[in-house]
Amino acid sequence: MASKPPTKSFAPQPRPKKTPVDDAEAQLQAEYAQAADSQYGRGRKISTKSVKDKKLRANLRALEQKTKQATLQAKQAEILLDNEAGLIEPEYELERTYKVRQDDIRNEVSIETAKKGFELRLDALGPYDVCDYTRNGRELLIASRKGHVANFDWREGKLGCELQLGETVRDAKWLNNNQRFAVAQKKCVYIYAGDGVEIHQLKKHQEATHLEYLPYHFLLASISTAGMIRYTDISTGQMLSDLPTKLGPPTALTQNPYNAILHAGHQKGLVTLWSPNSQTPLVKLLPHRSPVRAIAVDKSGRYMVSASQDRQMSIWDIRMFRELHSHHLKAPAHSISISDRNLTAVGWGSHVSVYKPDLFSLSPESDVRVPTPYMNWQGDGMGVSKVKYCPFEDVLGIAHAKGFTSILVPGSGEPNPDSLEPGTNPFETPKQRQEAEVHALLEKLQPEMISLDPNFVGNLDLVSHEQRLAEKDMDAKKENKVEKLKKKARGRNSALKKYLRRHGQKNIIDEEKVRAREALQRNNAKLAAKLKKDQESYGPALARFARKG
Amino acid sequence: MKIKALSRPASSAQAPGSSVNKLTRNLDPTQHPFERAREYTRALNATKMERMFAQPFLGDFEPGHVDGVYSLAKDPESLENLASGSGDGIVKVWDQGSRKEIWQAQAHENMIKGMCWTRNKHLLTCGSDQKIQLFDPYTTPSKSPPKATWHGGAFTSVAHHRNLPNFAAASDKVSIYDISRASGAPVQTLNWPTAIDTINALAWNQVETSIIASTATDRAIILYDLRTSSPLHRTVLHLASNCIAWNPMEAFNFAVANEDHNIYAFDMRNMKRALNIYKGHVAAVMSVEYSPTGEELVSGSYDRSVRLWERQKGHARDIYHTQRMQRVFSVAWSADNNYVLSGSDDGNVRLWRAKASARQGVKSAALRQKLQYDDALKERYQHMPEIKRIARHRHVPKQVKKAGEIKKDELASVKRKEENERRHSKKGKVRRQAEREKAILAREQ
Repeated sequence: MASKPPTKSFAPQPRPKKTPVDDAEAQLQAEYAQAADSQYGRGRKISTKSVKDKKLRANLRALEQKTKQATLQAKQAEILLDNEAGLIEPEYELERTYKVRQDDIRNEVSIETAKKGFELRLDALGPYDVCDYTRNGRELLIASRKGHVANFDWREGKLGCELQLGETVRDAKWLNNNQRFAVAQKKCVYIYAGDGVEIHQLKKHQEATHLEYLPYHFLLASISTAGMIRYTDISTGQMLSDLPTKLGPPTALTQNPYNAILHAGHQKGLVTLWSPNSQTPLVKLLPHRSPVRAIAVDKSGRYMVSASQDRQMSIWDIRMFRELHSHHLKAPAHSISISDRNLTAVGWGSHVSVYKPDLFSLSPESDVRVPTPYMNWQGDGMGVSKVKYCPFEDVLGIAHAKGFTSILVPGSGEPNPDSLEPGTNPFETPKQRQEAEVHALLEKLQPEMISLDPNFVGNLDLVSHEQRLAEKDMDAKKENKVEKLKKKARGRNSALKKYLRRHGQKNIIDEEKVRAREALQRNNAKLAAKLKKDQESYGPALARFARKG
Repeated sequence: MKIKALSRPASSAQAPGSSVNKLTRNLDPTQHPFERAREYTRALNATKMERMFAQPFLGDFEPGHVDGVYSLAKDPESLENLASGSGDGIVKVWDQGSRKEIWQAQAHENMIKGMCWTRNKHLLTCGSDQKIQLFDPYTTPSKSPPKATWHGGAFTSVAHHRNLPNFAAASDKVSIYDISRASGAPVQTLNWPTAIDTINALAWNQVETSIIASTATDRAIILYDLRTSSPLHRTVLHLASNCIAWNPMEAFNFAVANEDHNIYAFDMRNMKRALNIYKGHVAAVMSVEYSPTGEELVSGSYDRSVRLWERQKGHARDIYHTQRMQRVFSVAWSADNNYVLSGSDDGNVRLWRAKASARQGVKSAALRQKLQYDDALKERYQHMPEIKRIARHRHVPKQVKKAGEIKKDELASVKRKEENERRHSKKGKVRRQAEREKAILAREQ
């Protein structure tokens, strides 16, 4: 044979591997695209190969191409970012960043920046439990337990208002911008205008201990001493349904900025996750064995840090719902805050410790017993009750027993705000603020859109028909046709119908009736047979106990 | 120790020498949470806005006709002029911009059946008084006598050649006349040898200029080729067609407005099946025309509505109606693709927007960008139930709604009957037929 036809081997052949790119430039480009995708990409790519429909495939391909282009362009646009994040870095091996004092930082940085660290001594007005920054970080709201509430532009030292409420204040929160804030007072929640005028009294929010504001949904949430979570839409004033936690007085409340889910901490060490759409918690976590004292969730919605009465601090991955790490602090923490760039500040006793983002990369197997803090701050005998990062600044606000202290934490703030994102422009003019408010209202998200996965909107509901069938009650009794027929209501009784029932309709053959009659007969015969069988099995003496049915 | 803190002085917010704040962007996804939900909300708002701005009716042409408007003809040489012919034999020429009459004449003794413009801006009309008249509306005063007259059979429709001075007139046959030979005999006559019936409508293909299509009262669509001076094709549908229109961009496709409430699109190269069936009207469709882009159609119907269709889709994209508009006998799509015209039984010629929510004014760049963005959003989220519902919803007159419901029931019962028949006959004996093939009753070549 001169030429042998090529024999086809049926053994599975390995796929030809992609040839490694020799060209260094192409390699770099691929890496760049990879980096762009991991930072700006929108999840996994759709594989278009398996799509049979030609038009759909072409559309999907075009879409994928567009997304790829967009991620690359977003990455390229990074050169337009104005500012770089701050940092503290040891220059020698033995230097430790946590030994750096505020004075050292103030000496190193520019005068303008140094001014951002300040202290407000308010001895007479009682322990300050609350501090809150607006979403753009311009204004600060502080509130004392005895009822002193003040808000001010903290950089310019311009006072917005100062209120002596003469009533217990449990929490206070800025609403969508610096024009309104809510205060949880002794009995109910009040909403004040930025200049201190009381606008609303939310009587339904009784004895609220913690407040949370969901900026994209315009929802003000409170949790009461009785453990009721209540939501009010502040744009329309409507209340959503009350959610009973049924777990006693709450100990902490925070929101997940990624999906607007509320995390409530309880006496039992439980953390429950709530959305306004469910009367029961979406998830119940048990990170602790004693009362939870503080919870914080990072901006990407991935990590939760919580602390409890027994000094434990634990870090959870709340997408996987598993604990990453837990360790003990020297004293139980009062408050936790996570910055835009994932620096975790923990207030315990009269101290504040700040941890670097590598806190989240700890795994249960890691040999780190207690993570080393990035920074430390100690107030002399002033019990820290609240720590809160200022958005877009390297500043941490600390509300404590004797007032309020603002400290510099280099590297905590997001350096580049987006001025088109409503409410987050630090340099916004009143006109821009008004415009952003209108846009934000137009884009208000409905409470139904709050879910653990915020991107479920527009996704195909892939729960198959079989799955839905399987979820149906399999134990439900089968419907008895005969019984149904017997009980069938036949409408209003009337003399004519009565007459017809007795006399007429005898020569009409109703199929349904015939079938029913047959079924009835069959049923009776079956019952009779069963009775007979029972009687036989019971024996002559006991046969009388056999029952039909 | 290396220490650096973020310093963003207020002066950095403004570019040097400017008092306007800089617009800084950061595309990091964590800075823009709830991306999908917000986009969806925007799409929903855009859809609602579209419906809020949907005001299709622009006005009517004053003063209207005394009798119903049974024919409309756009001047192919002008963007703004059109002619309308009414039941009492009066022809009016209108200016679209001002919606004013510029010329009128008593062209025929009674109903004007068909009209068309010649390439030298003269108007040809044919009426039921067995005449074809040629007018010069632009240079002669109103009520001036015709420039030429042709006598012959009972003409129902006229159509002009794209560039030659020829026109076709339909009676029981198609006669081609030379316009330069006033009142002369036809140059050519065409008819199907075995079928002699009144031809309803006629359309001269403006791209493949040797092809003429006609519909007759014997339910047939006949295509003629002038090169061989013979009819090409005869296709019989279930009911007669009232109007025929060639697609201006796809020379071989045409649409017919049928008595059975549907519009059928055909490819003249393959008459075995319809290209598409446009369903939705609840009474006979009286008139149909393609948009100049060939992507859309407009139809007027006996159910007192004008509907707009996308070429590729089977249901109307919009329905236009007013309280006073009666049966619509003629429709036209303006040459700039932005307006739709309708002539109805109440004697008015009405001007509509081709896109109900679009506005023609000069737009700022920001507005243009916003509209483009909204369009993209609407397209992206068009399948979401709420958006779909809002985008699809149209208020229709009670009679049309009721008639639609009755029609739906009737069609369902026909279908049920067919299915029953199929169920009770031997398997495979009664086959299902494609809807687009079902439309065609018989073909002759």
